[in-house]
Amino acid sequence: MESTGILMLIYVFVLAIFVGFELITKVPPTLHTPLMSGSNAISGITIVGAILSAGLHEFTVSTILGLIAMIFATINVVGGYLVTDRMLKMFKKK
Amino acid sequence: MSIIIEISYLISSVLFIFGIKQLASPKTARKGNFLSAIGMFIAIVVTLLDQNVLTYEWIIIGFIVGAAAGSLMAFKVPMTGMPQMVGLLNGFGGGASMLVAISEYYKVVNFIQYSSDLQTDITIILSILIGAVTFTGSLIAFGKLQGLVTGKVVKYPMQHPLNLLLLLGVLAGGVYFVIDPSQIWLVLTIAAVSLVLGVLLVLPIGGADMPVAISLLNSYSGLAGSMTGFVLRNNELIIAGALVGASGIILTNIMCKAMNRSLMNVVLGGWESAGSVSVSASTEAPKGNVKSVDAEELAMLFDAASSVIIAPGYGMAVAQAQHAVRDLVNALEAKGKKVRFAIHPVAGRMPGHMNVLLAEAQVPYDKCFAMEDINDDFSNTDIALVIGANDVVNPVARHDKSSPIYGMPILNVDYAKTVVINKRSLNVGYAGIDNELFFYPNTLMYFGDAKDAITKLTHEIKNL
Repeated sequence: MESTGILMLIYVFVLAIFVGFELITKVPPTLHTPLMSGSNAISGITIVGAILSAGLHEFTVSTILGLIAMIFATINVVGGYLVTDRMLKMFKKK
Repeated sequence: MSIIIEISYLISSVLFIFGIKQLASPKTARKGNFLSAIGMFIAIVVTLLDQNVLTYEWIIIGFIVGAAAGSLMAFKVPMTGMPQMVGLLNGFGGGASMLVAISEYYKVVNFIQYSSDLQTDITIILSILIGAVTFTGSLIAFGKLQGLVTGKVVKYPMQHPLNLLLLLGVLAGGVYFVIDPSQIWLVLTIAAVSLVLGVLLVLPIGGADMPVAISLLNSYSGLAGSMTGFVLRNNELIIAGALVGASGIILTNIMCKAMNRSLMNVVLGGWESAGSVSVSASTEAPKGNVKSVDAEELAMLFDAASSVIIAPGYGMAVAQAQHAVRDLVNALEAKGKKVRFAIHPVAGRMPGHMNVLLAEAQVPYDKCFAMEDINDDFSNTDIALVIGANDVVNPVARHDKSSPIYGMPILNVDYAKTVVINKRSLNVGYAGIDNELFFYPNTLMYFGDAKDAITKLTHEIKNL
């Protein structure tokens, strides 16, 4: 890949880290556990990669790895969002 | 078509950012999580439309199996088990990143004449390394928290040199791979060594330090996602991974500060010095008079008080006393007392854990205050009630330089007019040191199992 391409990706990465720092420092300690499980669910975005691997036409090593990755990432995504919702549902004001 | 896909990924990334932004308040948090989930849904649907996705059977099977397991875990896990749950989810995320990277490598090797592409080669290796360490490291963390693996600090010979050697081995292998990327065995070896490294890195970390380990692994799982993003050249993976990486680092930092430990100290398996200090400390510690109190006397004391701050520790959750404590709060409030909770950052087993446990017992979140927001209020409070907490209220942390917890920020419960400590016995806490607070003139010990003792106290207060 040409160097401008990789540079763009690094730009995005670095800027996103700054956005992340700004956002996360504003989350109160009360919500740190849901923050962890919720951000955890977001890191399940690797499911995109898993879909691309598991959706190959030929059945190869890639597909098998993709299938396992698909299972792992789906557990991460579905479990993460559901458990976060279960927790946040309990947070009530008087 | 590809422009639509790209724009959808952008929308999805923005939804993630908005979702986290709304976590800034408990009022909007649930909506934020929902927005984030919509972002994920969009990303998944759009990827299914990708021209490279040709068959759906494996995707569907993987999704059904994963969704069933994921929702089962999410609904079954008790709130006390949340650290294990998050640890396990971290692990699956890291594992998925590792597998995607290996799969991507096989794809390139099998279908295309391998054109040496430096960026892909480097990020495949980084993705495998970070993903694999996150995967097995999280499984060990899960095992420790669940009691399947010993929670003790595990020492093995040549611990640090061995880990360093393995890490250098992976990096050297990585460099060799970049020079000659056609070696499948090299990729697999790197993956295997990284998996071993994950086990060896987390094994020495003690059970009490797990909040830090879990936060750090959370950060790794995000970084692994970002690296996979570099492999696939997908901006959304990079953004989402970076957000999670930042989140994990911040929480790790907060936890370390709350324990007054450096990250290095935790990661390299500290606390062992704490254990040896405690042996000598407990023999020579000054044993003063301990005043104990029963439920009836205590009820009268509470009746005379106008403000109460409760400092809960994990012991409260172990005794399943959250609901009993909530009843006590209701009884006190019915008599017009001001009741608040003071939450130490390491009161639970992960960041914010105690707040979740109290929320489950229907304690309103606006009654729970972070340590720095309430610590100055103890001096004008009538009763500080400590339930199942020990090290986080030990004044030794302020003045005894020889103590392993010296310098750790603590809740100033001893500044209250009266400190009531509910505990089963005078036993030491996690750090293995005596608590001089038990012998203070303004301290009353209220012995008994938290659930029974608090229920009895509530009963007495109601009967007054």
